[in-house]
Amino acid sequence: MSLNVHFHSYDAVIVGAGGAGLRAAIEASGKCRTAVLTKLYPTRSHTGAAQGGMCAALANVEEDYWEWHAFDTVKGSDYLGDQPAIEIMCQEAIDAVIDLEHFGLAFSRTPEGKIDQRRFGGHTRNHGEAPVRRSCYAADRTGHMILQTLYQQCVARDVNFFNEFQVFDVLFEGEGKDRRCAGVVAYELATGDLHVFASKGVLFATGGYGKMFRISSNAHTLTGDGPGVLFQNGLPMEDLEFYQFHPTGIYGLGILLTEGARGEGGILRNGLGERFMERVAPTVKDLAPRDMVSRAIHAEIKAGRGAGPDKDYVYLDLTHLPPEQIDAKLPDITGFVRTYLGIEPKKDPIPIQPTAHYAMGGIPTNVNGEVVIDTNNTVMPGLYAAGECACVSVHGANRLGTNSLLDIVVFGRRGGRSMVQFVNTVDHPNVTKSAADKVRDRIEQVKSSTGGEKVAELRTTLQETMTRNASVVRTEESLTEAKATIDDLRKRYHGISIDDKGSIFNSDLVEALELSHLLDLANGLVMGAQARQESRGAHWRDDFPTRDDVKWMKHSFAYQDNEGNITLKYKDVVGGRYQPMERKY
Amino acid sequence: MAITLSKGKAVDAMQLLTVHLRIKRYNPEVDSRPHWQEFEIQAKAADTVLNALHTVKWTLDGTLSFRRSCAHGVCGSDAMVINGQNRLSCVNLISDVGTDLVIEPIRGLPVIKDLIVDMEPFFAQYRSVVPYLIADDDPGYKERYQSQQDRERYDDTTKCILCACCTTSCPVYWANGDYVGPAAIVNAHRFIFDSRDHGTEQRLDILNQKSGVWRCRTAFNCTEACPRGIKVTQAIEEVKRAILYDRA
Repeated sequence: MSLNVHFHSYDAVIVGAGGAGLRAAIEASGKCRTAVLTKLYPTRSHTGAAQGGMCAALANVEEDYWEWHAFDTVKGSDYLGDQPAIEIMCQEAIDAVIDLEHFGLAFSRTPEGKIDQRRFGGHTRNHGEAPVRRSCYAADRTGHMILQTLYQQCVARDVNFFNEFQVFDVLFEGEGKDRRCAGVVAYELATGDLHVFASKGVLFATGGYGKMFRISSNAHTLTGDGPGVLFQNGLPMEDLEFYQFHPTGIYGLGILLTEGARGEGGILRNGLGERFMERVAPTVKDLAPRDMVSRAIHAEIKAGRGAGPDKDYVYLDLTHLPPEQIDAKLPDITGFVRTYLGIEPKKDPIPIQPTAHYAMGGIPTNVNGEVVIDTNNTVMPGLYAAGECACVSVHGANRLGTNSLLDIVVFGRRGGRSMVQFVNTVDHPNVTKSAADKVRDRIEQVKSSTGGEKVAELRTTLQETMTRNASVVRTEESLTEAKATIDDLRKRYHGISIDDKGSIFNSDLVEALELSHLLDLANGLVMGAQARQESRGAHWRDDFPTRDDVKWMKHSFAYQDNEGNITLKYKDVVGGRYQPMERKY
Repeated sequence: MAITLSKGKAVDAMQLLTVHLRIKRYNPEVDSRPHWQEFEIQAKAADTVLNALHTVKWTLDGTLSFRRSCAHGVCGSDAMVINGQNRLSCVNLISDVGTDLVIEPIRGLPVIKDLIVDMEPFFAQYRSVVPYLIADDDPGYKERYQSQQDRERYDDTTKCILCACCTTSCPVYWANGDYVGPAAIVNAHRFIFDSRDHGTEQRLDILNQKSGVWRCRTAFNCTEACPRGIKVTQAIEEVKRAILYDRA
């Protein structure tokens, strides 16, 4: 058995075709020879599942300034976000929304015909006075509209897509100071052939890794392939311990119900019918940031005030909203509730629980999307990342709702632009014939293995332990248990074998390779969480329940060596005009 | 012996049921023609057909191949024929479709392996209708305005997720793959009726050709198949009327 290997040469290769990848592709196409590789079809990307909106201080419906947006984002990040990056994002947000409108995005409109805006968690007027209408939206399918619109613009520009090509390795050339990114190795799902893409620039935009958790809003395909591949090549991951749990996932399934439901007036109630967020966040109530709401739900359940036979969920109550408002503003999510729970949300409250949702951490980059490889911000020439797979860091310890759609368009555009500039100044890299050997050997090893360990069983065990021990609330004890399970799984991973030995659409093989990314990133997440003995944003330690700004105002950098051991280093947060203070809402 | 569970009947969502799957298999590396294979699994009434397929793949036969991603009906990866109808496997529960499942790849596109078909012809047809905003005005550094009424005019067709349920349920498309098909027309409609767009003439010319809207025989299969509830046949009719009556 020998795999066919094909060679391609490009100026720019973009890996992933969700919002960030497509936005970067729009910048690069026509300016340099560009290829976009995606393991799906572009329109299948999980950007399409985003619902609520994209914040920008357009002030279309009430007074608002980008500085207020920046303040909310800094505070929401629990002061772990880098303020210069946050200022750039909130300033460019306005431009980014207008850009999308010019691209044809079908925003919901105000009576005067302007882009309509609605309330969202953690977004406030004048530094926390009251909720502000800042989120630009298209019903409750804003992400779908963004993904479709960006793909349409790529069709208009004749962007060169390689659909169902999955990247399993990244190439470098040179040593020391001259080391630079030289391309990627991709596996063509339809044929099983390998493709070496030699390229001056590579931009990763592969999305998140929420499939390491059992209760998750993430697609089956969100397995952290970009971060995983770089991590396995010795590059660091930033702030892995910060993982967001969205408060309102459909009970038992984790399917997302947008925060926009609360922006439209929806209320959270415990099993006794109490509006418990009044106690936790007296000013903004149900529109507090996600980390606080998820923790509040966890606390209600722990105190025995949950609903249902096992008292293990709470309710999202929309029953008091006018039915026509639900139909106009929240049609999709109410459809999900009818489909999966058989409940009519206009009449009955919806059982919900926190669901694994978004990785604040990921591939460290600067504000131009350039990947940095150490705590001194040294850039790896030619290597870029944007979107959820990247960590700029604009979300810090807790992302505000809508800021992910904003992140992908702002930093997708910035990353694409800086990659174009770079590739016009350098020569083509030299890639050897043996560039694909590592991936080929790995594929052949997995196919020929007779170890007997099952990929699905290992993955389920990982997901169970991560949801139980490393989610909304963590302790030394729970993290130690998660770490022990992951260590065991990583050993057992060497003994996996698969049923499908074929070449054509071998998803059995692909799932096996993806699992290694999830295992490695979960290991980094748990070790980062064990080391961080404080509570900040989405990282809550019951045994260290306060934020420690003296010791922990810093980003973690996790490095994995060839044996799979992890080393943690730290980098100071970049401050700015907003000084850390206690987070009250 | 077939159990059809209806929504009206009180079925405990958590109750374990024996589900029988009959799946059309084809692996070009070993098979000379497609064949049927049967599996029996345990699943909850509240499980989706996708859950059932995963149970087969993850516990019985890892070679079973199908596309999937989001698992809640927004990505459009997992269109297939379930008990004779085009559906997304992830939005149909066992309690909706019953415990006897017959599953085949969608029709009208070449089968590559098991439930995976070649989507390239479908996307080529989508691209052929210039599915992007064409506007030669310069709005400057501000948004274009659009009234709520104008926005509502094309709302229905913005819902499309390009899953191909509609196009591959169309008997005309089965017989003639040159027909652009319902999905492409839906995506043309989305721009033809967008007040900001200036490309209507171009699109109507494309859809007025032999491969365009006149192939439609209003069978309504597309409308029934659409998992997003788009009134597909109506959209096609509106484009037909635009060609006949709205052009100068």
